[in-house]
Formats: sequence, C-alpha cells, structure tokens
Amino acid sequence: MKKQRRVGSRLFMALVFLFLYAPILLMVVFSFNAGNSNAVWQGFSLRWYEALFQDRSIMGSVYTTLLVSLLATLVATVAGTFAAVGLYSMRRRRRNALLAVNNIPMTNADIVTGVSLCLLFVAVFGFWNQFAANYRFTLNLFGTVYRITFPQLSLGFGTMLIAHITFNIPYVILSVGPKLRQMDGNLVDAARDLGCTWMGAFFKVILPEIKPGIISGALIAFTMSVDDFVISYFTAGTSVSTLAMEIYGMARRRISPEINAISTLLFVVVLALLAFHNIRESRAQRAAARRTY
Amino acid sequence: MKHKRSLLALPYVGWMALFVVAPIVMVVVYAFTTAGFEPTASNFTGMGTYVSIFARSFQLALIATVICLLIGYPISYVMAKEGPGFQRVATVLIMLPMWVNFLLRTYSWMAILENNGLLNQLFDAIGLFDLINGLFGTDLTYFRMIRTQGAVVLGMVYNYLPFMILPIYSVILKLDRSLLEAAQDLGANSAYVFRRVIFPLSLPGVLSGVTMVFVPSVSTFAISRLLGGGTHMMLGDLIEQQFLGGAYNPHLGSAIALVMMLIVIVCMWVMNRFGQGEEQAVVL
Repeated sequence: MKKQRRVGSRLFMALVFLFLYAPILLMVVFSFNAGNSNAVWQGFSLRWYEALFQDRSIMGSVYTTLLVSLLATLVATVAGTFAAVGLYSMRRRRRNALLAVNNIPMTNADIVTGVSLCLLFVAVFGFWNQFAANYRFTLNLFGTVYRITFPQLSLGFGTMLIAHITFNIPYVILSVGPKLRQMDGNLVDAARDLGCTWMGAFFKVILPEIKPGIISGALIAFTMSVDDFVISYFTAGTSVSTLAMEIYGMARRRISPEINAISTLLFVVVLALLAFHNIRESRAQRAAARRTY
Repeated sequence: MKHKRSLLALPYVGWMALFVVAPIVMVVVYAFTTAGFEPTASNFTGMGTYVSIFARSFQLALIATVICLLIGYPISYVMAKEGPGFQRVATVLIMLPMWVNFLLRTYSWMAILENNGLLNQLFDAIGLFDLINGLFGTDLTYFRMIRTQGAVVLGMVYNYLPFMILPIYSVILKLDRSLLEAAQDLGANSAYVFRRVIFPLSLPGVLSGVTMVFVPSVSTFAISRLLGGGTHMMLGDLIEQQFLGGAYNPHLGSAIALVMMLIVIVCMWVMNRFGQGEEQAVVL
C-alpha cells in the first residue's frame, strides 16, 4: 500500500516534469531540424546554428541580455549587501518601514514597475533635453575655445540597467537579511574589542558569516534579470533590445528557428554550469565529511 | 557604532526614493491629469468601457492560479517527503526552466499548440480524430488550441508553476515534525493530521505562492499576445497599448495600472488577514 502510493507520487512528479520540460526538449530537437518548421521533422542539419552566428541582431541581443544581467547582478549584489547590513543595524520600526518600500518592486506587477520607471525616465529626460538644447556655453582655455554642449539623453542601455538594478536589489536584501538576523551580534563587538576597525569587522566577521546569503541573492538576481522581459521592454527604448524583446518583435511576423538554436545553446551552458557547481559542492561536502569523521 | 553601520543603507534609501517611490508618484500624477497636466478624474470615469477586459484578466488569472495550486501543492507535499538528495535534484529541476527566458518557452508552446502542431499530430497519430469523427459524425482534423483563452491559461500555468511550488515546498519542509508526531500520538489519522495541522501551517507558503502566480498572470501581455493571438485582450495588453502601442495615452495607461495595483493590493490584504486568522486559530 505504502509502496503503491510512493510509485503514484513519483509518477505524478514525472508528469509535472514532463510538462515543464517538453517545450524545452522540443526546442532542442527542432534546433537541429533541416526544415524551417517547428512541427515537422525534415532531417538533421546544423543550418540554424550557422545562420545564428551570422545573425547580428540576435547575437547582439544575446550580448545585451548577458551584459545587462551580469552588470545588474554585480551592482545589485554589492549595493544590496551593504544596504542589508545598514538596514539590519537600524531600529526595528525604521527598518520595517524601509523594508516595506523595498518590497514594492517585488510585489508590484512587472508591468507597473516597468511603466512607472518609463514615465520617470521620459519625464526627467524631457526636462534635461530641453535644458540641454537651450544652454550651451563656450570655454576659453589657453587660447583654444571649447564649445560645451550637454548631450541629449534617451532611453537605452543605461535606463534598462538602472531598472534591472532596481528590481534586483530587493531580492539580494531578502536573502541576505535572514543571515544577518541569525548572526551573533557579539561577534562584531568581540572583533571591535580586539582592535578591529569597523570596516575590518565588516570584511572579516560579517561578510564571511553572510556569504551564503549573498551568493544565493546574486543567483536569484541573475535569474530574475535573465528571465525578465516586461521591465526591459518598457525601459530600453528602441535602440537596444534583449533576446526576449527580439523574440517578441519577431512574433508579429514569424519567429526564425535560429531562436531554437540560441535557446539550446543557452540551456546547455546553464546545464554545464549547474553540473560544474554540483560536482564541486559534493566534493567539498565529501572533503568536509572526511575531516569530521 | 551600530549607528555608523546603519549609514551603509543610506545610498540605497536614496536609490529607492528615486527609482521606487518617485516612479509610483509619477504614475499617480499621470493617472489624475489630462494630456496638458490639468487635474482630472476622467481617466477613471471613462474606464467603464474596459470592464470586460478587467473581468477577463481576473478570471483567467484566477483559473491559472487555482490550477497552479492544484498541481503545485501536491507536488510540494510529495517532494518534502522525499530524501535530501532527491529534493535537491527536484528543486534544481523546477528552477532550471527559469534560466531559459519565459518568452522562449512560451514560443515553444506556440509550435505545440498550432492547428498543424505537434499535439494535433499526436492526436491524429493515435487515431483520436477518427474515433471522434466516427462517434459523432463530425469531420475534425484538428483541435483549435492556439489563439484561445485556454492556451493563455496554459501559458500562465506553465510559466508561473515554479513560483507556486517553491514557496509551498519550503514551508512544508520546515514544518516542525514533532507537531505531526504529537497529532498522530493523540490519535489523529493521516487525513486528519493533514487537514488540521499540515495544511493550516503551510498556508503562509500557499499565500505567497498564490500572490506570485496571480500578480504576473493578471498583468501579462506577452503570453496573451503569443498564445492568445491578440484576440483576447487582457489588462496587460491594454496598458501596453497606452504606452508603447498605437493608442498612445500614458495618462489612461497610468490610471489602469493604478486601478490594477489597488485591486491586487486589496485582494492580497484580504487574503493575508484571512491567512493570519487561520494561523492564529491553529496556535490557539
């Protein structure tokens, strides 16, 4: 009876995983299709991979996606860690008020975050551009005349990066926060008593203690950035596009099977990274086990 | 010294003021003004024409959330009972699809659901259409699946299911085993233990899962565009059109976004109250 139930639950899980992975598997299979259909197999070929590497707009969008995700993760992880340490040494009431604001981008629908940032950028740039168009001055330095003008600003990579950092920091704070709460406050005091500067205490005591939280925060931030479409769509303007925006644009006409190829490549990279990480972790665990026994 | 350390949060407080609070203030300002920035409430009073879109969005998002819960809860429950090695692999497998951008995965569903797509081919191959045609005298050659509301719900369930599973799973995993043993010792059978102990204690996870599925579902526009074929307008489509689409009117768009935000906040607040009540009842 018990065994039967176990088989049933395993079967249920297998079905759900099939549901989750069927579309990805299909993409992988049809990336090697000779024809341009996503439903009819016409033989094996690498033509879509070839086409992909010559497609400037898709490769450019992949580069943009990775760059914005990596930069946003880096900035958000550093800023979020400092912010979390700061927030958790505040009085409870003030901290909770600030954490409530911190939660806004996470609870709001993506479209609201995207639209609101879009409004802000457009309004600020509108004022700035008017100012920049009207004010220019010349500077006479050692006989050479420099004409100084202010650049016109528009939505682009910078605004998209700001948006990504903004929605990533809350996740970092959320995963670093609990580690800070668990940490023994006396540790820092002890370090200070033993002559550590407070920056030294931060790097030598707090940082090692909350490291797991920082790593998982960075991982979540990167995942959110890579998976994002809506917020990028509203804040990137027309000059740059991420891979998701590229696909969304294609969907109006016809989506090229090159998309299958790039998805497959990205998926394989993720799998490889994951396998690498897991192997390293289990090695470390085994080493730790050997040390204790 | 502790005060000195709290200064570390200062830059981020400034950042939040600039990029979290100010943008929302902008939305509110736009929602209550005309194109010439004269104060008005007409953005809200004229919203009656969109009632059907509001209704459809909330209906589809609700259906998707319920389906996610019906699949996600048992999965989390079963997963929490497995060994640690199995659990680690399963968690990774659930998170893994998120690293392939959700539009890519949704795009793959388009090929599956097409009239001459893989699923219809499969149905044809197993003789489903012949069977139905023989039974009912119809001449079906395919099921119309794409460009229907069902396809949109499927897309939502597919994309947001992990957001339902992970929070519920982590709550069930952290349940105090001794509570379950105590209940069993006091003579409760396993169904009773589930109903009176496990389920109430896992409600916080359920609530956060429901939020994490419902909010993106109700505001989606990419899924409804790709799988719904743009024929079933949803709130997200409506807002998107006011900002980047043909019907450019950011003031109306802000008003709709604001209303959507408020409805969602009210729903969450009501649910949270309800959830906390349950939790307290258990403790008492």
